[in-house]
Amino acid sequence: MTATATAPPAPAPPPPPRHGRLYWAAADTGVMIVRSLRQVARQTDGLLIAVILPVTLMLLFVYVFGGAISTGTDAYIDYVVPGIILLCSGYGAALTAVSVTADMTEGVIDRFRTLPIMSSAVLIGHVVASLLRNTFSTLLVLGTALLMGFDPKAGPLEWLGAAGVLLLFVLAMSWLSVVFGLLAKSQEAAGGFTFFVLFLPYVSSAFVPTDTMPAALAFFAENQPITPVTESVRALLMGTPIDGSLLPAIAWLTGITVVSYTLATTLFRRRAAR
Amino acid sequence: MNATAAAPRARAAAKAVGTGPAAIATAGLRKSYGAVTVLDGIDLTVRAGTVFALLGPNGAGKTTMVRILTTLLPPDSGTAAVFGADVVRTPEAARRHFSLTGQYAAVDELLTGEENLVMMGRLNHLGGAGARRRAAELLDRFDLVDARKRRVRTYSGGMRRRLDLAISLIADPPVIFLDEPTTGLDPRSRRAVWAAIARLVESGSTIFLTTQYLEEADQLADRVAVLHGGRVVADGTPAELKDGMARTLVELRFAADDAYGAAAALLSGPDVRAEPESLVLRVPGAGDAAQVKHLLDLLEAHDVHISRLTLSEPTLDEVFLSLTDPAAHHSAADTNQDAT
Repeated sequence: MTATATAPPAPAPPPPPRHGRLYWAAADTGVMIVRSLRQVARQTDGLLIAVILPVTLMLLFVYVFGGAISTGTDAYIDYVVPGIILLCSGYGAALTAVSVTADMTEGVIDRFRTLPIMSSAVLIGHVVASLLRNTFSTLLVLGTALLMGFDPKAGPLEWLGAAGVLLLFVLAMSWLSVVFGLLAKSQEAAGGFTFFVLFLPYVSSAFVPTDTMPAALAFFAENQPITPVTESVRALLMGTPIDGSLLPAIAWLTGITVVSYTLATTLFRRRAAR
Repeated sequence: MNATAAAPRARAAAKAVGTGPAAIATAGLRKSYGAVTVLDGIDLTVRAGTVFALLGPNGAGKTTMVRILTTLLPPDSGTAAVFGADVVRTPEAARRHFSLTGQYAAVDELLTGEENLVMMGRLNHLGGAGARRRAAELLDRFDLVDARKRRVRTYSGGMRRRLDLAISLIADPPVIFLDEPTTGLDPRSRRAVWAAIARLVESGSTIFLTTQYLEEADQLADRVAVLHGGRVVADGTPAELKDGMARTLVELRFAADDAYGAAAALLSGPDVRAEPESLVLRVPGAGDAAQVKHLLDLLEAHDVHISRLTLSEPTLDEVFLSLTDPAAHHSAADTNQDAT
């Protein structure tokens, strides 16, 4: 064996830049979205919850509580559907926290971070998967609601508006969940965050009008983001007066998205550099 | 295992001295966490095409070292480069030269083995068709063809590790970092992983691995550096290191002064440790049947009676101590002896 025969290989040349940075950023994010969607589709328990939770809640609120709750509208189902949509999609978005924590605690993140890819691609993958997943569960809620007698008054433009607000809501909650997922030290801790999100709609106008609550609670309910978001969706779907809730809703959701996105990308860089 | 053990030896002969380009070079690397200094000035050069093992006990800073070299962690001071690309100043350039297989199998449990490989191929920008072709090759090479459609969740520890190693090869990187590739595996899986690493070597890659097992470094590496107390306390070929290492001690205990005296005269040598007060002689060596038989035969031939013979294996701590300070080694061996 001579020295020439064992000569080491030259370092690999950098891959030819056949495509631009933007192309690869999009391609890498696409791979990550497929990964996240596969994970979602293969977690049978999570999938069952995504189907059973909305349907059960709908039945519970309309048939169990509905008779006893007076909202000043004709049918409680017309009042409660937007709330249930928010509850389910909010919870669904919050599950993103668990996936992010799993990635951060299971070593796979080091491998992703040493690849020549945009570092936030993995986070964007989770968020986009969350958007798709919750679009599906929202359609499921709507389908069930329509079967149960939900009678929306919205025209095409209002439907589009409601869909936009809901998408923005899921986007905001997903990025917020990413932040909690990055902060959580374990998947159990990340799971705790999903419960917080699950309960938030109860202290809002999602299920009962806020004026029935004690003053302090009503104050919180009226000034937390779920209320204007619920009111906006309800107004768009049912044709009730929108009463200036659309702007606060959009402001809240945009604010949460921007702050959470910034925090998430910063935390991601920092947390991975420990 | 002889086949895998023989390969590094042959290459070691050709390359241990190594005049090839530096695949990895560090100078004065330091890293502390608060008051704890983990790395205290590390200078290393790993020649291209060689297998380098960083050996050290738990908490010696091996993983910290790997994380710095793979751009995941900035050092407090000092420099590190992979094929000339500085890991701090030009991390993106450095990342093109290596792949990392961390301490915990970094595979996606919910995906199949094949999906894991194709995904990593795509993320390495091989393109869809390229990634699938490469995945098929590697599944075959790492004996995972039958398991390719199964989710990784159902894999055994050894299979996961093999998949992990296959992933580290997907983009054919010139340098492969393996952080404790066999920690937590049973002996059989460990051997399978060793064989898999030997296959990585065939591809001509430079391999930087960390381990807490002497035997592993010995089996796989052309060169070994021992990390202890934040410093490299020994650096050389496995053979060189073993010469300086603590060896098994054959402890001979005698019942009478005259037997002890006769034996001490017969076995005198620089390495033999005599303890006249307790009538004990300690003879270093391989500690195998041949050595023991030789000792017994010799003493028997001279009619010297031994009251007791025990073997004491050096612990990893003693090995590290013996590498830093031969005097410390003696006292450590004695302490160990007193305890037993």
